[in-house]
Amino acid sequence: MLLRHTTSEVKEREGLTINPAKTCQPIGAMYAALGIHGCLPHSHGSQGCCAYHRSTLTRHYKEPVMAATSSFTEGASVFGGQANLLAAIDTIFSVYDPDIIAVHSTCLSETIGDDLQQITRKALDDGKIPEGKYVIYASTPSFIGSHVTGYANMVAGMASQFAVSTGEKKDQVNLVAGWMEPSDMRELKRISKEMGAKIVLFPDTSDVLDAPQTGKHVFYPKGGVTVPELKSTGDSKFTLALGCISAEPAAIALDKKCSVPFETVDMPIGLSATDRFIMALSKAAGVKVPDSITAERGRLVDVMTDMEQYFHGKKVALFGDPDQLIPLTEFLLDLGMKPRHIVSGTPGGRFDKRMKEILERAPGANFKNGLNADMFLLHQWIKNEPVDLLIGNTYGKYIARDEDIPFVRFGFPILDRIGHSYFPSVGYSGGLRIVEKILGVLMDRQDMTANEEKFELVM
Amino acid sequence: MEQIGILEGREKQIFEKKDGGQAFDISCETTSLSGSVSQRACVFCGSRVVLYPVADALHLVHGPIGCAAYTWDIRGAVSSGPELHRLSFSTDLREMDVIYGGEKKLYASLIELIEKFSPKAAFIYSTCIIGLIGDDIDAVCRKVAKETGIPVLPVHSEGFKGTKKDGYKAACTALMKLVGTGPIEDISPYSINILGEFNLAGEAWIIRKYYEEMGIEVVSTMTGDGRVGAVRRAHGATLNVVQCSGSMTSLAKDMEAKYGIPYIRVSYFGIEDMSAALYDVAKHFPDRPEIMEKAKEIVSREVRNLYPKLQKFKAALSGKKAAIYVGGAFKTFSLIKALRSVGMSVVLAGSQTGNKEDYLALKEMCDEGTVIVDDSNPVELSKFILEKEADLLIGGVKERPIAFKLGVGFCDHNHERKIPLAGFEGMYNFILEVYQSVMSPVWQFAPRKGGSL
Ligand code: SF4
Ligand code: SF4
Repeated sequence: MLLRHTTSEVKEREGLTINPAKTCQPIGAMYAALGIHGCLPHSHGSQGCCAYHRSTLTRHYKEPVMAATSSFTEGASVFGGQANLLAAIDTIFSVYDPDIIAVHSTCLSETIGDDLQQITRKALDDGKIPEGKYVIYASTPSFIGSHVTGYANMVAGMASQFAVSTGEKKDQVNLVAGWMEPSDMRELKRISKEMGAKIVLFPDTSDVLDAPQTGKHVFYPKGGVTVPELKSTGDSKFTLALGCISAEPAAIALDKKCSVPFETVDMPIGLSATDRFIMALSKAAGVKVPDSITAERGRLVDVMTDMEQYFHGKKVALFGDPDQLIPLTEFLLDLGMKPRHIVSGTPGGRFDKRMKEILERAPGANFKNGLNADMFLLHQWIKNEPVDLLIGNTYGKYIARDEDIPFVRFGFPILDRIGHSYFPSVGYSGGLRIVEKILGVLMDRQDMTANEEKFELVM
Repeated sequence: MEQIGILEGREKQIFEKKDGGQAFDISCETTSLSGSVSQRACVFCGSRVVLYPVADALHLVHGPIGCAAYTWDIRGAVSSGPELHRLSFSTDLREMDVIYGGEKKLYASLIELIEKFSPKAAFIYSTCIIGLIGDDIDAVCRKVAKETGIPVLPVHSEGFKGTKKDGYKAACTALMKLVGTGPIEDISPYSINILGEFNLAGEAWIIRKYYEEMGIEVVSTMTGDGRVGAVRRAHGATLNVVQCSGSMTSLAKDMEAKYGIPYIRVSYFGIEDMSAALYDVAKHFPDRPEIMEKAKEIVSREVRNLYPKLQKFKAALSGKKAAIYVGGAFKTFSLIKALRSVGMSVVLAGSQTGNKEDYLALKEMCDEGTVIVDDSNPVELSKFILEKEADLLIGGVKERPIAFKLGVGFCDHNHERKIPLAGFEGMYNFILEVYQSVMSPVWQFAPRKGGSL
């Protein structure tokens, strides 16, 4: 057994993290940047980080993931990385010809104190940024926060560095996507269209990280939010941020810079959160909820009621990222399930508070985020109180196998299955997919283990 | 087809073999250009890769979380016993640690972990940021070693201090501290260490079996299915057999200097090289001709078994073209030979870490028109794959989706292989995988192959 080393006795640890339920900021920034059309993410640091981030995104999406690196050497680490970044900007524009370079820092460049704002300004002053092209940046030190923080920082950077207010309000709503899959972003656009709401969604990785097979390898696939769209966000009448950790900072930045009022709602995962999102969008865009959307909702509720008995009282352990865990936990409760153990490596007071509110419906549930909230702890909790279902990213498969628990993959990264980038988890149809997945593993288990006399054809 | 350009400043790292004896002067072993989309990794990556399969040791990554998270069980190096190596341990440095130093946290983490897991040794990797904030990890390691009685070995692998190759060196330095600390009285004079074999998908087990069948004692496999105890006794072996990648050559050299153990370089890929590996080892023990006899027996048995099976593939694969872009250059040689044995040619050969000698040798081996590249990038790779009309790309994780987008077959000959490709049975697996990928019916739907609507 792979994790035979896990003991059931839970002891406070001093700092040490075992089997992390998070990773570092730059990968989030890299993912977000890929949601702008014609953008090449750039990692300001040494080669290794960039290679790891690209590899992990490649494994998750099974798509080519492009990003450049400043290739720090010892010299840069002593004298600062300004020269490297300036040279990199030159190289990138002349060779890879992106519309935008989205620079993020790494631990290394943060620690030596490189100031991305100052360096990009210098690049502009030195004429290194061609007419009509852009360099944006986000500071993403990994010793703070997690990959989710990095995503939030880059998305906020998009808002604050692109948005302009021309003084003329546009009849459109900004939708800031929290960390979600390309399929989810595609679904948000579909729902908005169905509702007749005019939106600008950013970032938008659909058609970038789920690109079709074309016989060509293109550096900049056709998807992604465009620069004119991003600029126009400053003139939008309202902003809806989907997720308080990964999306809200961008909404705040927009409000600060261009006085666009905003509201933060949960990522629309499951029934209740989708309800709130639909209502918020209908209000923000001044549109009615069409019958077609109400019918979608009805189908989800129908399945939830049809299958109610199979969810009831089932204990669940889950782990992942804040903006996904909040609505997902709520959804499990709405289904009649019992969330028992929850960890997230991503720290955050707001997150903590929201989870505690939701978990009032689940007395005695274990929840921890931030420092030492890792998979080792989750495993220990499960050993102390076993569960019927585990939900989380690919790394959960070790625990699932060791403890023989049905397992649904959800979150980032998923390295060993497909589907996450093609089928949405948001909206009512996303809710249906989640329900289907959960039922699939629970009923397969039942079919495989039921006594002969209890083996049922119809369920 | 649209022309794809070559990156400015990269011309010297690309060479196309043409008629006439033009001077060969590929530039390599340089750091990548700032701003390039390089496929390369860092020093830490190199040392982590090498030491990872030592299964009963603790591997603690000292630094912020990412470095540890990304290297959590991403290689298929399997163990026949303990699996401590597959867990991910990190000191997860926070802002305050970066300001005030992480030594205390490192110390506390080590003590906690050693108490909890009772490892046979501990490797402590220092990543970029540690190099900057100047933690004295050597001192912490010494202290913990003294208090716990197990070897606690610092691995200086700050990412920015070089390339992946320098990471191999750092790993070897750490291993060298273990070598020479175990008992060797009962080791046979007909004994070897297997170096640079990482037991991906169980490859080390295949190799080990051949040698043992020849009557040779395998003292240690470094580092595949590795054990601290075996590494400590490695100086008792008569010969070091270093696998192609070159990652362990520096350890072999150090062991030669310190313990007088000679080493040979071999490759386990393809019939030719696999056979040569067995013969070369047997030659080293001329006073025991049975060893050579046995080696010949194994080779003829395996080839007899393998040859007819390969013919089936050869018919289909003859004339197909492959592009190779892998980590070590030495592996490329084996792959070229292995592909030739089923009638395939190589139109692009590249590596991330080759040196001048490697590339000279490559040039000798390659056909006219073959492109040779050092530290390539996706633009170039797709350019040459299209221009040279390759049917297959052999590479690693970042290359796979590129090949598939272009509509050509792919074989992972990096650390993500799921089935063993070494040894004679590995050769069969390799060609089978190449065959399945190149001949897959899905390519008919790819636009390049005429499948567009
Ligand atoms: S921080 Fe340094 S050691 Fe870690 S992955 Fe990046 S380059 Fe490598
Ligand atoms: S934690 Fe820091 S150093 Fe490590 S991979 Fe992430 S950015 Fe690089």
